[in-house]
Amino acid sequence: MGERVYKQHEQDRQGTTDTESELQPNEHDPIKTDLDLILDQIDEVLEENAEEFVKSYVQKGGQ
Amino acid sequence: MATPKVCGIETEYGILLSGADVDPITASSLIVSAYKDSSWAFASFDASHESPSRDARGVNLDDYLDPVIDSKMINTVLSNGARYYVDHAHPEYSSPECATIRDAVLFDVAGEFILRESMNKANERLPQGVRIDLYKNNSDGKGNSYGCHENYLVDRQLPFEKLAAFITTHFVTRQVFCGSGKVGHETPTGVVDQSGFQISQRADFFEELVGLETTMKRPIVNTRDEPHCDPQKYRRLHVIVGDANMSQFATYLKLGSTALVLSMIEDGMFPQHLLIAHPVHAIKQISRDVSMSEQVLMADGSRMTALAVQSELCSAVRAYVETSAYCGMTHDEAHDVLINWEQTLRDLASQPSSLAKKIDWIAKMQLVGGTKKRHSLSDSDSRLKAIDLMYHSLDPKASLAAKLKLSHMFDDKTIAQAAQQPPDTTRAFFRGRVVDKWFDHIVNANWDSIVFDVANRPLQKVYMNEPLKGTRELTESIINLSTSVEELLALLGQQDLPSSTL
Repeated sequence: MGERVYKQHEQDRQGTTDTESELQPNEHDPIKTDLDLILDQIDEVLEENAEEFVKSYVQKGGQ
Repeated sequence: MATPKVCGIETEYGILLSGADVDPITASSLIVSAYKDSSWAFASFDASHESPSRDARGVNLDDYLDPVIDSKMINTVLSNGARYYVDHAHPEYSSPECATIRDAVLFDVAGEFILRESMNKANERLPQGVRIDLYKNNSDGKGNSYGCHENYLVDRQLPFEKLAAFITTHFVTRQVFCGSGKVGHETPTGVVDQSGFQISQRADFFEELVGLETTMKRPIVNTRDEPHCDPQKYRRLHVIVGDANMSQFATYLKLGSTALVLSMIEDGMFPQHLLIAHPVHAIKQISRDVSMSEQVLMADGSRMTALAVQSELCSAVRAYVETSAYCGMTHDEAHDVLINWEQTLRDLASQPSSLAKKIDWIAKMQLVGGTKKRHSLSDSDSRLKAIDLMYHSLDPKASLAAKLKLSHMFDDKTIAQAAQQPPDTTRAFFRGRVVDKWFDHIVNANWDSIVFDVANRPLQKVYMNEPLKGTRELTESIINLSTSVEELLALLGQQDLPSSTL
């Protein structure tokens, strides 16, 4: 029981104050490495013209 | 007894042409014609008899308005039985009708393959510096939306009002597992706020509960009444409320759960206490609550979270499936849908991050949240919206969904095959195979008929009013044995056309 409480405490200490961070994987989650790698790739491709890209994405006339 | 849940998905893809000033209709035509001009077989699609303005409530707006569909636009039937065309300034792929949920997912994914091939071929032809990119999403973030419509075969005898009232509960709450996620909020009038994150791409665009419109004042339940089959027996429920999913698993759960809820309604077992008081408000309320903790007002005055509604709905479907001889699909498939639906609801309640490989909005939210935290970005930073859009790109180099390696149901070979070959167990088999073998003798094809041009005879029309006929089992040997269209028609016993029905 003591160990489980400790683990819970450790998790709380890492900070999960808002919903978005609650949805971030914790340190022991196997996909964290994947996520970090993808965030690295996003940084590479998320070029300085993100604003221009978002602005140009206009889709009129859809159902 | 429930009607077999033959189903399919029609998707309008977002299109972005960069490096030149070209209107989206022309760009979409470039995409579809790039595929048409390849070596793959196709035939013309006949939309002249379609009636998208026919209302399930008994009114036909065709009497008052011009037809919505311009049949002069590029419009084709592919050898996998799908329709591929330009609609409302977007390239659109309508999957062939499928008799299993698994097939319906596969042929939706085959659509992604076809659009990607088209994009690659079109880009090979465009001058340097000009390119087209395609996106499987539903919103530009500026108040414009485009659809991913599902279709389900239902019993014509079921009163539409009852169907609409009950299915609304599922349409409003199912987004917790089939929402694709969106950065920002918008309204159909173009009021835009780029901050925040919500579960659904489409929820912002629903203004009515029930109605015929699809491009404005969108209703949660669409009343378009085009069965594309025997109208005395069947209705085709045209569902416009869903998001386009990159996750095959999310598409599977979306189709499987909806099919089973519809069957439960047909068999009179819908739990009637699960009606939502204000669905148009609730669909947005649920979408904007990523904590999934807000309660919506139910018609009986109680309050429930979307997850609680889903849990009760899922339990009711479990009870329905276990006590019914038939539930619109095989019991094996129903049980597989149920096991995954139940597990997903449990995971959403206890550890949503564990679903980051399966549920689109959670996957996307991790990328958006991770980037925001890493660089301490403001809520309205354009990079966050760029991530939202790039998640849905069909370009494997740019697609964030592809980089995430979401869990998948099909390998590349199976998907490539489904781009060319039809499903076995519906009339799409006959449509696809004859398009493949005799495309140069087909004047046009439709969901429920094919017109052949046969030498020295009037045009010969083959009717296909039953979605579950025209299958591999019923027609493959005839198609294989025939060395000409004349032989095919003779073997089908179609000499007295057009009175016969396949």
